[in-house]
Parts: sequence; structure tokens; C-alpha cells
Amino acid sequence: MKLFITILLTGITTLSFGQPGADEILEKVDRNMSSENRIFESSMTIHGKRNSRTITSKTYSVGDKKAFTEYLSPPREQGTKMLKLENQLWIYSPSTDRTIQIAGHMLRQSVMGSDLSYEDMMDDRKLTDTYNAVVVGSEEMSGRKTWKLELKAKVDNVAYASRKLWVDSERFVPLREELYAKSGQLLKRSTMSDVVQIEGRWFPKTVVYKDMLKQGDGTEFKIIEIQFNQELPEYIFSKAALKR
Amino acid sequence: MKTALKLAYRNLIGAGLRTWLNVIVLSFSFVVIIWMKGVLVGWDHQAKTDMANWEIGGGQYWHENYDPFDPFTFTESHTAVPEEFKTEIAAGNMEPMLVVQGTIYPQGRMQPVIIRGINPGQNIFKLPTQKLDTLTEAIPAIIGSVAARNLRVQTGDYVTIRWRDTNGMFDAAEIIITGVFSCNVPAVEAGKVYIPLEKLQSMVQLEGEATILTFRDSEKERPAIENWTLKPQSELTKSIDEIIQTKTAGQSVFYGILLLLAMLAIFDTQVLSIFRRQKEIGTYVALGYTRREVVGLFTVEGAMHSILAALVAAAYGIPFLAWQAKAGWTMPMDVSEYGMAVAQTLYPVYSTGLIVSTVFIVVLTTTIVSYWPSRKIAKMNPTEALRGRLQ
Repeated sequence: MKLFITILLTGITTLSFGQPGADEILEKVDRNMSSENRIFESSMTIHGKRNSRTITSKTYSVGDKKAFTEYLSPPREQGTKMLKLENQLWIYSPSTDRTIQIAGHMLRQSVMGSDLSYEDMMDDRKLTDTYNAVVVGSEEMSGRKTWKLELKAKVDNVAYASRKLWVDSERFVPLREELYAKSGQLLKRSTMSDVVQIEGRWFPKTVVYKDMLKQGDGTEFKIIEIQFNQELPEYIFSKAALKR
Repeated sequence: MKTALKLAYRNLIGAGLRTWLNVIVLSFSFVVIIWMKGVLVGWDHQAKTDMANWEIGGGQYWHENYDPFDPFTFTESHTAVPEEFKTEIAAGNMEPMLVVQGTIYPQGRMQPVIIRGINPGQNIFKLPTQKLDTLTEAIPAIIGSVAARNLRVQTGDYVTIRWRDTNGMFDAAEIIITGVFSCNVPAVEAGKVYIPLEKLQSMVQLEGEATILTFRDSEKERPAIENWTLKPQSELTKSIDEIIQTKTAGQSVFYGILLLLAMLAIFDTQVLSIFRRQKEIGTYVALGYTRREVVGLFTVEGAMHSILAALVAAAYGIPFLAWQAKAGWTMPMDVSEYGMAVAQTLYPVYSTGLIVSTVFIVVLTTTIVSYWPSRKIAKMNPTEALRGRLQ
């Protein structure tokens, strides 16, 4: 009996020392993924049933609260600009020379026909504020060892009742995220790849978003170029900048 | 007057084929106008009856924020069913309905859908809601035939739907199509799925709440209720009245052309009569007829075309119109996606008012058109007319 207890205690101690806590993991992920500000050029390829189309854009963002995006191509979308300030979103369309605010239920619409809704882009609350996270194990993914985290909503007003997150156990970069409905049905999956070290942090350059209830190969979001913590003029984050 | 009528009749019959051609054209106008107006009245009748049977009952209360044309208002369009209606609901004379916006994924395609929660035991609407009263693993749902065709689903199919609860949290589940119904009211069918009310209320965490309250009795005086807007039947069918009005205006142009053709023939006949029958006109005057009486004689003669036409129209029109009222007129094109309450086959309805007004309009128009050229008689020199000289 003594031997059994000794083995059990040794096992528990080893496990708890080898596996960091969920909040600690999320904290480290945050350190990698977030920055004071960033400028990046990206492409978004929407894979439809019949064809795919790619939209490129340049984004300036400060934390999760402010973001300014200008669409560069294709010609139909060129010049379209999007400004996000806290929980407000405006879109400027050069063809009509009008700025409209995307508010309320319009936020639930898809961004340029992609698998992402404006609301998905707007959700800037910290996961630790809205979810209770636990590490449920470790798995290997694309040859990398990951911690598997399960997050359950601790507030009512979040879009997804639960999430699963696979975090690279060495680089602390999420490699996969799954979003679930209240009924437990898998709704969306994001798969991150092309993890590279940029300015001392690990960062996934490719994210594939997939609406799991929908046919198609999802929406591929690729970072072409990214810079962290740059000098950003304040005027960028104003409605006046949309018409410039 | 009796002599005038007798003379007019003789002259008309004497004119032979010319008269009959005019009469046939005019009778055709009678039948077509009555038939077309009948179709519109029938449509109005059918559309309003179908709307009452399928969509609006005897009238409705809408939640004050509810706008059926703006699905974005749905999330804020619900509140508890007022206490004063509980007895009426229990008696089956009022039906609460909850409206929620969702997404349906038929064969992996994403389409917006309006999820309507309805009591399976209701009998205000003709919707086959009894098919919702079944025990299945998935949520039982009924759907309109047009929606079923668009979504490519049929009875027995399982489809995933996604919605948000009252806090905005996503949820998804499978529904099973337990019935596909067919109706002539697109607003009931288009992009809508009907599931049991209590199920929907629990899905979105809005127990005991509703968006629309439909009452059976349209006659009853209804009070104003806080947070609810009263929509009487007349207001809800206003769009039908407007469509019928527009259609009537459009059809009037057609009637106008039809009457114009008939009137042209009568006008020509009158001009020809006056031109060819100058000696006769002179004789009438010589016999002591005043000019006004002669004008009257010719006017009656012209107007009598319409009376004869009415008789001829009755001869072949009554059987035709009666057959149409029974068999209906099936529109040659598919009207299911017109967006308005219109049946594929319309059954004309002819009221006495419709027939009398049509006959009156045609007779009046014919009389005016007959009088118009006859005025020339008043300016004729009787002696010249008697000699048959052209004037």
C-alpha cells in the first residue's frame, strides 16, 4: 500500500510539474500572438464550391482595440477600407464614396464572402476573461507536441459555448482551434501553420478558417509581411482616414 | 320614343352584316371586360382568403420592434405573451408565434432561414402543424414546397440548422422534415421553417415569449396592448388591395383599347348612316320631326348596338363565364415565386355590381359615340337633305 501511494504521489508530482496550467499557457500564447501594435500585409483566399478568390489587404492595428485595413486587390475591392475602434466598425466603399457603420446584427454577416464574420474579427475579449480553461492532455500535431486545452464559457454573452485549443508545447503558438455550439456541435475550425520566428516571437503565418457546417475548403488567411511595434500615427485610426 | 326604338331596331336589322359585325365586336368587349374584372375580383378574394387561412388569421398583434422585412429586428422582437390573452390562447382562438433568424445547411450549403415556432395543435392556420407533433431524435419541422424546392430537401430529410440564443450564443441541431406543404402565400413559405413553439422557446431561452399573436376572429374589437402593435386584417391585406388597384389601372388601358376599337366601328357606322341616309333625314323633318328628334333617333339606333351586343354577349358569354368560374383560369407561367399571394389557377368572381357597371359603361360610351356624329344632322338644311344632296 505504501508503495502504491508513493508511486501515485510521484506520478501526480511529475504530471503537475511537466504540464503548465491552462491560464499559464494562454498567457504565453498571448505573449506570442499579441503586440502593442503591428502592420501586416495579408492575403485572404476564399475557397468556394466552384472557384477561389484572393483578396489582399494591408492592416495597421493597435492591440485588439484599433485596426485599420485597406484592401489592395482584386480591383473590385481595391480601395475598400475598414476601421475598427473598440466595438465599432466602419467600412468605406470607394465606388459609392460612402462610409457605413457595421453595427448590431450586420456584424454577423460574412466578411467579403469568407468563412469569417465581422463579429469574429471584432471579438477582442481575452479568452481568460470569458472562458474557464483546462488542459486536458497532450497531442502531436504536424510533428509538434501540443497541449490540448478545453475552454468552457463562464459568461452567457459569448458566441461559442466551448472551444478547444491545441497549443505548441515549446513555441506556445496555437496550431488548431475548434469552436463549438451549445449542443456540442463543432461549428468552426481554424488551423494555423507556417510558424516562423519574427522579431523574437513565434507566429503562424497561415490560418485556415473553416465553417464546419458548410461545404468547401474554408478561407485561407496568409500573412505576407508583418512588423511588430512600429511607430503608428494616430490619424490612421480615424474616420477621416477612410476617405484618404 | 317607342317609334324611335322601333325605327332604330328596323334600321339596325336592315343594315345586316354591318350591324352584326359591330355587335359581335362590342359583345366581345362585354365578355372580355367582365371576365378580366372577374379574374381580378377572384384573385382579390382568393388572396385575402388564403392570407387569412395561412398567414394572418383574423388579424395579428406584432411585437412593437417586429418588422417582417428586416430580419435584423427579430432578435429584439419578443416578449412574454400578455396575461389577458392566456384564456383566448387556451381556447385555441389565439396563436402565439416566435420568430428567430437562423441558418440552414442543406447539403453543406449555407442559407439564411427564418425559424418560426408554432403550436402543433393550432387550427387557426391551415399549416399542417400536426406533423410537428411527433417524437423524433431531431427537431420535427415543416417547410413550404417552394422553400423545399429551393433548399432541395424533402420529407424525411435531416438538415442542420444553426441559431443564436437570446444571449447571442451559437447553437446547432438537426431538424427532420416531417411535412412539406403547399400554399399560395409566399410570405408563409419563402425561407421559413416551422418547428414546435415550445422547442424553439427553449432553444433560444425565451420560454413563454412570442413575436406574433394571431387571433381567429376578425370582427372583434381589439384593445391596444403595451409592447404590441395591433395589425387588423384590413391593414395586413392592404398590399393585396394595392396590387389589385395597380392591376385594375393596367387593365383599364386594355379595356380602353378594346372599347376604342368597338366604338370606332360604331362611330364609322354612324357617320356612314348619316351620309347615306340624308333623304331619310330630310323626310323625317318634312314629316314634322324636330331636328333634335332626328338626332335622338340616330343616337338610339347607334346605342341599340350595345343592347344587341349585350344580348349576344349573354348568349355565349354566360356559359363561358360560368364555365370559367368553375374551371378557373390557370396562368401559363409559374407564379409560385412572384412574391405575392396568387394562386396558379384563378377563379373569376362576378358580382351583380360588376356586371351592371360594365353594361352601363359600355352602353353609355356607345350612346355618346352614337350621338357625336349625329349632331351634324342638326346643322343640315332639310330641303337639301330631302334632295339627297351632299352637305
